[in-house]
Amino acid sequence: MTARQLSKIAKRVGFWALIVLIMVYAVFPFYYAVITSFKPSSELFRVELWPSTWHLGNYAQVLTQSSFLRAIFNSIVVAVSVVFIALLLGITASYALGRVRFRGRSTVLLVILGVSMFPQVAVLSGLFEVIRTLNLYNNPAGLILSYTIFTVPFTVWVLTTFMKQLPMELEEAAIMDGATPWITITKVFLPLMWPAMATTGLLAFIAAWNEFLFALTFTLTDTQRTVPVAIALLSGGSAYELPWGPIMAASVVVTVPLVVLVIIFQRRIVSGLTAGAVKG
Amino acid sequence: MTTSHSSAPVGARTAPLTARRSRGTKVRRQRVKAAWLFLTPMLVALALVAGWPLFRTFFLSFTDASLSDLGTANFIGFENYLVHDNGRWFGIMADPVWWQSVWNTVYFSVVAVSLKVKFGVIVALILNAEFKGRTIVRAAVLIPWAIPTIVSAQMWAWMLNDQFGIINHMLMGVGVIDDPIAWTASATYSMWAVIMVDVWKTIPFVALLVLAALQMLPKDCYEAAEVDGIHPVRVFFKVTLPLVTPALMVAVIFRLLDALRVFDVIYVLTSNSTSTMSMSVYARQQLVEFQDVGYGSAASTLLFLIIALATVAYIYAGRKQLQLGGDA
Repeated sequence: MTARQLSKIAKRVGFWALIVLIMVYAVFPFYYAVITSFKPSSELFRVELWPSTWHLGNYAQVLTQSSFLRAIFNSIVVAVSVVFIALLLGITASYALGRVRFRGRSTVLLVILGVSMFPQVAVLSGLFEVIRTLNLYNNPAGLILSYTIFTVPFTVWVLTTFMKQLPMELEEAAIMDGATPWITITKVFLPLMWPAMATTGLLAFIAAWNEFLFALTFTLTDTQRTVPVAIALLSGGSAYELPWGPIMAASVVVTVPLVVLVIIFQRRIVSGLTAGAVKG
Repeated sequence: MTTSHSSAPVGARTAPLTARRSRGTKVRRQRVKAAWLFLTPMLVALALVAGWPLFRTFFLSFTDASLSDLGTANFIGFENYLVHDNGRWFGIMADPVWWQSVWNTVYFSVVAVSLKVKFGVIVALILNAEFKGRTIVRAAVLIPWAIPTIVSAQMWAWMLNDQFGIINHMLMGVGVIDDPIAWTASATYSMWAVIMVDVWKTIPFVALLVLAALQMLPKDCYEAAEVDGIHPVRVFFKVTLPLVTPALMVAVIFRLLDALRVFDVIYVLTSNSTSTMSMSVYARQQLVEFQDVGYGSAASTLLFLIIALATVAYIYAGRKQLQLGGDA
């Protein structure tokens, strides 16, 4: 055994130790939330890494609470509608921005980039007024409208990147055949854009599902809330006795679908995030 | 893998069209018209949810509007910002809590972003190495990113709980601290708790950006360095780091802009405590809890101006990096 071999072994051990460390750091908080969610409140104070009993009471409590189920339903409706709107506006706009050269294009792109960097608070009072005028206060539809502010710029930006990479021969052939731009989009580009649309749709879904500030401000009653607000407001009688068990159970319920999506679509998500390079 | 620096030869597209000039221009004109038609819905939507509300926020910041009665606001000039009355200064600019929140936000942004960039680079370097199970590790690293901020704040609030939290338990077990720390309640530690949660949540994003840049690096410099027997650490600082700097700068800027508007982590973890209050939390508190739309709008406007200045500075400094969407 030479010193050289020893240092090689030490390097490998160090490398794997780092990997394990990263894994634990990334996953442990979620794992701990799962464990906590299976504990009855009498055992919460016992810190342990593997639960001695699997208690389902917290889940029963959360899932029988009609306001929480309602919040999940609201969240699904809001996120799905937001994805649909963002993709519809995104695909048409990205055709214009990615395939056609016209004056004012860079200005439009700069505006889009600017909007995507908006602090949401900056439009809070103005948007509140708009939503009230449209009679959408305390209504998920108001959230759908307001979420376009961060999903549409991002979707347009990423889809434009993808749109640009498609070969131009396709479009020329369509033009030669006398296809209108609308036909070109729906018959030529749309079939090729599905992967990109799946990616951006997924990212828009996650963004809408997780949004908090607008959801907190533009809704008032339990029946109109979305999941993040419902979880943030799941507190017991006093500030000192938070119902940690049910909070963790609710957190696990709303996070598991996202974690599954991430694991299934990780390659897509990675390419979408890096193509966007704009928002997290 | 796609990145922001696509270099599709778009300029070549028009060449065959110019051959048949008359038809080419007609098609071109039709396409430009269609382009604007297609852009209209998006522009209308953005005007409705971004442009007009932003304008109204500016406007309301010069009034005494209240949340319950937005219609009957009076114009009061700069009174929400700063006013001298009876020998004393009033308005946001004279509010120590506002300046505290500005300082908190800047402190939070700088510390959190520099931490997540450092850790993000390390994670990216690890993920860039070839090893068994890399996909699993990459999926695991993505998990914090996918978890809603509210949920991660709650999860960490529980881990940081002063009585039953596992973090105090472990630190006491190792002997680092003797008494449990009230992480989220104490003025000294609450900012660190917030930073800890935020860093945990956004490392994946930075790591993925850097990883994408790493995977596009030319392999031959590394082979050359290996042949010359140069130490890997030296290779990292002399070759890798300069090459990924552009990607890193993009990540830093966007993370900074994102951090400056931070709201949910702080709101859930420490609610309205002044020791961690950010500008967004301050503005929302004035706007919704104190119902003072005029004053809250003024705070929002100041926040917007700060971020707009940072953005404009970045766009001018980094024009070249925006070529993705710029003139192709």
